[in-house]
Amino acid sequence: MAGTNNLILRTATSLISFLLLGFGVYAFFAGHNSPGGGFIGGLMTSGAILLLYMSYGMKTVNQMLPINFKTMIPVGLLTAVLTSAGSFLFDVPFLSHTFGYFYLPIFGEVELATAMLFDLGVYLTVVGVVMTIILTITDDQ
Amino acid sequence: MITVNLAIIIPFLAAILVPFLHKTIKRIHIGWFVFIISSALFIFLIRYIPNIANGDTYLYTIRWIPSYNINFTTYLDGLSLIFALLITGIGALVTIYSINYLSSDENLSHFYSYLLLFMGAMLGVVFSDNIMILYVFWELTSISSFLLIAFWYHRKRSREGAQKSLLITVSGGFAMLVGFIMLFVMTETMSVREIIATVPNFNEHPLFIPALILILLGAFTKSVQFPFHIWLPTAMEAPTPVSAYLHSATMVKAGIYLVARFTPVFGGELTWFWLVTGIGLLTMFWGSFNAIRQTDLKALLAYSTISQLGMIMSMFGMSSAALQNGYSLDSVVYTQAAFAALFHLMNHSTFKGALFMVVGIVDHELGTRDIRRLGGLATLMPITFTIAIIGSFSMAGLPPFNGFLSKEMFFTAALNISNLQFSSETWMNLIPIVAWVASIFTFVYCMIFVFKTFLGNYQEEKLEHPAYEAPFGMLISPAILGALVILIFFFPNVLGEYVLTPAMYSIFPYMNGELGLHINQWHGFNTELMLTIGVIILGTLLYISLRHWKKIYRLLPEKWSFNTLYGNVLEKTESISNAVTNSYMTGYLRDYMVYIYLFFIIAVGGTLFRTQSFLFNIEGNSEITGFELLITLAMMIAAVAILLAKSRLTAIILNSVIGYGIAILFVIFRAPDLALTQTIIETVTTVLFLAAYYFLPEWKKEESKKRSKGVNAIISVAVGVIFTTIALAVQNGKLFESISYFYENSYELAGGNNIVNAILGDFRAFDTMLEVVVLLIAGLGVYTFIKLKARKGDKPLEDK
Repeated sequence: MAGTNNLILRTATSLISFLLLGFGVYAFFAGHNSPGGGFIGGLMTSGAILLLYMSYGMKTVNQMLPINFKTMIPVGLLTAVLTSAGSFLFDVPFLSHTFGYFYLPIFGEVELATAMLFDLGVYLTVVGVVMTIILTITDDQ
Repeated sequence: MITVNLAIIIPFLAAILVPFLHKTIKRIHIGWFVFIISSALFIFLIRYIPNIANGDTYLYTIRWIPSYNINFTTYLDGLSLIFALLITGIGALVTIYSINYLSSDENLSHFYSYLLLFMGAMLGVVFSDNIMILYVFWELTSISSFLLIAFWYHRKRSREGAQKSLLITVSGGFAMLVGFIMLFVMTETMSVREIIATVPNFNEHPLFIPALILILLGAFTKSVQFPFHIWLPTAMEAPTPVSAYLHSATMVKAGIYLVARFTPVFGGELTWFWLVTGIGLLTMFWGSFNAIRQTDLKALLAYSTISQLGMIMSMFGMSSAALQNGYSLDSVVYTQAAFAALFHLMNHSTFKGALFMVVGIVDHELGTRDIRRLGGLATLMPITFTIAIIGSFSMAGLPPFNGFLSKEMFFTAALNISNLQFSSETWMNLIPIVAWVASIFTFVYCMIFVFKTFLGNYQEEKLEHPAYEAPFGMLISPAILGALVILIFFFPNVLGEYVLTPAMYSIFPYMNGELGLHINQWHGFNTELMLTIGVIILGTLLYISLRHWKKIYRLLPEKWSFNTLYGNVLEKTESISNAVTNSYMTGYLRDYMVYIYLFFIIAVGGTLFRTQSFLFNIEGNSEITGFELLITLAMMIAAVAILLAKSRLTAIILNSVIGYGIAILFVIFRAPDLALTQTIIETVTTVLFLAAYYFLPEWKKEESKKRSKGVNAIISVAVGVIFTTIALAVQNGKLFESISYFYENSYELAGGNNIVNAILGDFRAFDTMLEVVVLLIAGLGVYTFIKLKARKGDKPLEDK
């Protein structure tokens, strides 16, 4: 596909993929209070990256996004597990989450929850797994 | 102090040492070490005789699994002492014999290790007081006997014999174990002594008869009783010292020991009397009858062992008549049968051991043991001949040999029993007749054994080696046994008083007063003597006319023997189980799916039907809107269309119609997170389907039979109906309050308004974590599967 002249597709992709990426990140952060969350966010993000791969081809995107999606899987899993195990430090059972309200310089008063860190792990794993599966299959062809 | 427990363990320790000694000390035959062990044990046990004769018993316990009542408890009394003396004494003699019998090219360390293993196990069987320990040693004897029979494992017949003996004795042992467990259930103790002490409390128990039969099964298989006798003749492929030791003097008497040991427990039961006496007599007759047709000397001796063991068994059965009406002075006369049995047990070990050794010498020196090729050895092998005469005349029951005494006592016991009035007189009268006929056959095969082997024409051309007298070392043991045969005849009461009488008090522990045990060589011209004279006259006549009546054996062709039955059973078991397995393990996934769903239909549908759960209550249900109806209809049309689709692409697209329909339903039922996920996942799976589609061959409609198609349709409809029924019926029974209220205040608890996400990430995050792991495994799976195949550069893994 990379060789053909897909002007409309590429132009549209450059716009849509960033919208999608933004929406994925939004879904991830919004998950706590509205529909969304790590799983959906991760799927959307991988959808955006896939769109990039589809319109620009493997070579270009590999240069553009030098990310090894395979390493993302263990990183995500470790994040989730370590967050869960972190509760041991405070002498509470495994996977006990907590939350609080903090004042941050730019955002003002923000709610921060450890469940978010856990969700981040889910997010990273989902992106890693989906991308690995699809890229591996594509690569095989 | 050296205890009996230690005496059991010593052979096992020595068995471990044998290979090391064999390797380090090359000059001395390793058998001498074994000889030292067994004779030391023999001397150690002999020292107990005076104390045991005074009525002492010895009990030692080593704790093993006390919480399960299993302790390594040994009990030394008269009965176990007899057997232990036989085991160690004959063990020592057999070892001397085997030193000369086995050449040093053989794998001697194996042989002596197995032999010691067997000796330890056998001592364990006779000394154990705990029934579980008894069972452990019992199986150890089976295993070591298996190893010894297959000592020449490169021969096919040895392996077959070993397999047969193992299968039969172990299945009997297994039955015995079940019987033991039943005994434990009834008495709540595993100690034989305590079981005997509590007999009157449990002989009405419903498990009493089953336990009796199962334990007897164990005894009968081990002691080669009819129809389990078939393993002994095939076990004759073992080296002759093994046959002499295991298959005449010791292991086959383990069943006898068991019967003697449990006579105080079960003896009062009529079933016991009939089973033990009847099977014993049948075995005695069948063994002696079949021994005559044998042409192989060892096979002849094997059948003779079967017959003699049947005789001992039947005598124990007869002696249990003493317990029929409880212990009383009137029943003392029947206990004489047990005394005769014990006496014959000793005698049989002496003369049968000697005879086996004689056969071993003949086989070893001449290279054959086929009666048809032997003859005229009397002048060439005079000492062997003498021992053979002593042994077989004793076996035939002639004076002045010990077999005469025990045969007379056997006739006495049989005659006494025939006077007993249990049920019908005819049956009782049959007992002495069968015994007498069997004795005649015994006489005939004893004569065959001696005269066909040692008299007649010497046929050197048929022999592998010319005949010479055996070396001195091989003659020691049979000579000692032969001397014992005569000594016991002249001084039977030494044995009777010091060894057999204490054993009688173990078999009849509550018998009042004197058992009045005395052996007379001469007891006047009574019925027993007449019977013996009759045996001699008729036996001689039969032997002389053997050629004329031997044809009757042809009436019983090999096809109808128990060996053939055994072979057929083995073969059929294998072929039937093969056929059964092949009939349902077809290798087609389709068939396995049919089994799974059929099982589901039967199990779940059956439960639904049996519990009558078809109650449907739709009162609490919400209204159905037109929109829901529309989407459901679309999905149903798509689902039906998949079944009729002609191409794979259509099926994939139709499948995604269902998926998106579900997503819309999620929207309608207000599940935004689910709807989002469902949409994306449906897209991804459809794309993956399409990616796979590219590589798949043309979609061929399955060419299946109409019938299997119909079956499939019925099964799928049934599964669908059952699931629908369950889903509808489930609404009817609401057993618990909903727990969803707990999550309603998720904002206070988890700081989030999205309940679904709060559940996934906080309340029930453990599931989420493991699902992430599932994803990880799936991703790695795809990656490795594709990359591994690519690296190897050949066919996909599945095709290999």
